[in-house]
Amino acid sequence: MANERPKADVVIVGLGWAGSVMAEELTRAGLNVVAIERGAWRDTSTDFPPAVDPDELRWHTRRELLQPMSVETTTFRNKTGQQAAPVRNWNAFQFGWNVGGAGTHWAGMSWRFLPWDFQVATQTAERYGQERLDSLMAEGLQLQDWGVTYDEMAPYYDRFERIAGTSGKAGNLNGQKIKGGNVFEGPRDREYPTPQLKDTNWMSMYRDTTEGMGYNPFTIPAGNISQAYVNPLGVTMGPCTYCGFCDFHGCGNFSKSSPQACILPALMRRSNFTVLTETEVLHAVKHEDGKTVKGVKFVTRDGEEGFQPADVVCITAYQMDNVRLMLLSGIGEQYDPATQQGTIGRNYSYQTCSSVTGFFSGAKMNPFIGGGALGVQIDDFNGDNFDHSELDFIGGAGIMGYSTNGRPIANMNGIRPGNKRWGSEWKEAYARDYQEVANIFCQGTSMPTRDAYLSLDPTYTDRHGQPLLRLTFDWNRNDTSMIDYTTKKAVEIMREAGGEDIMVDNQAEASWNPYKQHSSHTIGGLVMGSNPATSALNPYLQSWDCHNVFSVGASAFPNNGGYNPTLTVGALAVRAARAIHETYINNPGPLVEA
Amino acid sequence: MAKWIKIAGGVVVIAAVGAGVWAWDSLNTGRSKVAGDSVTLAEFTSDDAEAIERGEYVMRMGDCAACHTREAGEFAGGYEIATPFGTLVSSNITPDAETGIGGMTEKDFFNALRQGIGQHGMLYPAMPYTAYAKFTDQDMHDLWAYMSTVEPVQNDIDENGGMPFPFNIRLAMAGWDMLFFDNEGFEPVASESDAWNRGKYIVDGGGHCAACHSPRNALGAEVASAYLQGGNIGDWYAPDLTPNPHVGLGGSSAEDIATYLKTGTDGVAVAAGPMAEAVEHSLQYLTDEDALAVGTYLTALPASDTPAPKAASLAETDMVRLADVYEVNCSACHGLDGEGIEGMVPAFSANHGLLGDPTNMIHAMLKGTRAAHTEAAQTAAGMPSFAWKMDDTQVADILTYVRNSFGNGAEAVSPEAVAEMREALDAREPLRAASN
Repeated sequence: MANERPKADVVIVGLGWAGSVMAEELTRAGLNVVAIERGAWRDTSTDFPPAVDPDELRWHTRRELLQPMSVETTTFRNKTGQQAAPVRNWNAFQFGWNVGGAGTHWAGMSWRFLPWDFQVATQTAERYGQERLDSLMAEGLQLQDWGVTYDEMAPYYDRFERIAGTSGKAGNLNGQKIKGGNVFEGPRDREYPTPQLKDTNWMSMYRDTTEGMGYNPFTIPAGNISQAYVNPLGVTMGPCTYCGFCDFHGCGNFSKSSPQACILPALMRRSNFTVLTETEVLHAVKHEDGKTVKGVKFVTRDGEEGFQPADVVCITAYQMDNVRLMLLSGIGEQYDPATQQGTIGRNYSYQTCSSVTGFFSGAKMNPFIGGGALGVQIDDFNGDNFDHSELDFIGGAGIMGYSTNGRPIANMNGIRPGNKRWGSEWKEAYARDYQEVANIFCQGTSMPTRDAYLSLDPTYTDRHGQPLLRLTFDWNRNDTSMIDYTTKKAVEIMREAGGEDIMVDNQAEASWNPYKQHSSHTIGGLVMGSNPATSALNPYLQSWDCHNVFSVGASAFPNNGGYNPTLTVGALAVRAARAIHETYINNPGPLVEA
Repeated sequence: MAKWIKIAGGVVVIAAVGAGVWAWDSLNTGRSKVAGDSVTLAEFTSDDAEAIERGEYVMRMGDCAACHTREAGEFAGGYEIATPFGTLVSSNITPDAETGIGGMTEKDFFNALRQGIGQHGMLYPAMPYTAYAKFTDQDMHDLWAYMSTVEPVQNDIDENGGMPFPFNIRLAMAGWDMLFFDNEGFEPVASESDAWNRGKYIVDGGGHCAACHSPRNALGAEVASAYLQGGNIGDWYAPDLTPNPHVGLGGSSAEDIATYLKTGTDGVAVAAGPMAEAVEHSLQYLTDEDALAVGTYLTALPASDTPAPKAASLAETDMVRLADVYEVNCSACHGLDGEGIEGMVPAFSANHGLLGDPTNMIHAMLKGTRAAHTEAAQTAAGMPSFAWKMDDTQVADILTYVRNSFGNGAEAVSPEAVAEMREALDAREPLRAASN
């Protein structure tokens, strides 16, 4: 092929968190790595320094760090049989459009998933009986384990936390529960790299209120780090200033965990690493026998096509694009909801969430003191941390009182009900309520179903003529019951805290809609597992169908936790990269027998 | 760098006129007799792995790559040095026989490096042969062995093709050499420690520190009486390296200096601009022992007599206003108390580098700059440009504030100095509000 590049040991498709973590591991092991990134180079001091970063209009309202919809969007429908239409604005999830990917514009909440999240099927049967599991499956849920346990993931979580500099306080050190940390978390064998962030006024109120109600509040582990820190790669991060311009923004002072702040300074200097920016991978190219791929076909910004040969292909793009690239490459079989055959596109889930807003007369919440991951949470109603014997659902939600931002444009609607939304009355109300409003967020689990999946759209294509990805999704009964239950708990907390004029936005009350979501945590479609009939990837994130293809992203999650996905994505990236350089590269072939 | 080359160019013309017998000392190549004169670099091979490794170390110390490595490949030359008289281009020093130095014998190599007598005629003093003259024969032999292992690259370079008459006459450099070139090797001082002597050898030889850190006279030569007391190199200022307690290294230990050379920061100051490049490409490779030797030598220098800077008198209202400006624009990285971030962002508190010549601060504000990337300190954080946001007066004011806060006191920075630098650097004008 014309414009064929020199062969690499590994080609990385998408240089966000997953791609950066893998490239760092693999180059340190001596492999020659080429990363191909659709977006442009973005750097802290030149693209979003402190004097540029807090530009809400540019970054949050106009979303300039995100990929333009004209480059690629998805189509959407609620159920099979409907005509899907293209999504025309970023709301439910956001593709990155730069080196660093969504890891540059994320908020920073840095959770380990619960041990239960990795073994939903097994642990549900163990605790509530096989019949309970069978009845959920009969109802349409498609519950399955990840093929990896929390204990197996713990060392990879630890590694990623060290790279990211995560702030927090341990709640379970080697099995010993520690008040003030999250006593429900899986055991960790050492403290967080940096101490927890400080409380805002609302966080203190939330902490005191929930503690008084008998719950176990703790500060959310954060990738907005609390003090200067040098990570294991020798890269220094700066302390967070609580500026509150985090999600949708870059970070100007090296405080938000991101590929820019944590990995790229070391990675970019390695002679065995190359990145091609503003270059889009169209698909992988299979060998004639179809059992492996020989590299990836790409197109440059100037429209020139090329080929990057490699021994190993790592697909580490956004969750949606990981699935789409597998389908465009013809690797594996498209999932069919009618037969449940095929694994690519299977187990798509969103995240089931709600918000509770209250007003505190005369309060000074000072929301301009913020951080993307700044908040206090209780996990008493998350995962399987509470008894579901008498409840008609499994799963739960983390319930947080948060101080993530005080962005003046975004918060304009945060005024008491009954006030005019325009004119002098609105101005007066906003000036008052900016200081008096407080929010609680329920970030809930989502269980996969037979009917929610991803596939290629038969009608709509991108700028290169390749089909868009089609999303078929609606809330399921289990998850709506879960969020109804946990939202009531959040309302009780808001009342107890003294909040008035309480407003509830339960996202699962109406059919899922890509323009009205408060989460952005979209998962599945290329899930890991120990059974090749129900998973696309084995427990080392290796394709069951082409053994030299690995894929890392939230696309690998078979079900969604009541948490942000990034830390789990980073931990899986460490796991996959180590499997490649410790085992696969010396002895290419399936790492797990099918 | 441009300014002193201009001066050097001027003196060249004057000196060339008087060239004669006087040239003998500076052109005497007797020191090169120890070098072989039969095998060319293209032909030469060495199986002495230790010599090659030592030679690479000498190359790092001399920072050859800084000028000789650009897009064309390692040591293939092509770095353009703009001067008011035209453009000099760094030569191809790979062993390519046609376009590099492959045709040189070891003796030719010695003559070029230590005396500026090149294969195409006299070298321009942009090449620091005035310092490399101090290299020992052993270091030169090792460097020769190392250079023979460099991949030959075909890259034809016309070093002085961009220099119009009369500045393209290489022989004129002989005149400059007669006046200013000290054709002497390094002589250890018996009464000083080994570390001191090793430090002096690195500072005066391969390190060629004085090339930037000593002021130059009107004829472009280093002023011996102000040795390492700070030099202006155009749009950057190389600060005083003597133990002056106000604007120099007073208060820094030999260990602090060693840490700075190896990592680009001593925990307070952070190397930027040309010094970041020197650390990144050269000084970080010094052994711990050599880095400490440099520190030992520098801390033993006589302190310059530059007096303590006089604090600027700022009105209380200005201080209050500028404290806000500082908090909004600077504090996110440099800290509310000017404490910086250790190993990454310079502190303003207890940082002598801020108090003398403000050139570097103005440059950093207008164009931004970047710290060194080193094995020990990987971040290489950037200082953003404020040229788009602040006008000359605003830049001057915030610098004056920083120079007179956190325990500091120094002369005010003038808007005129900022304007001059903005012009010289072609830094952009600030954004203006649409109305008024």
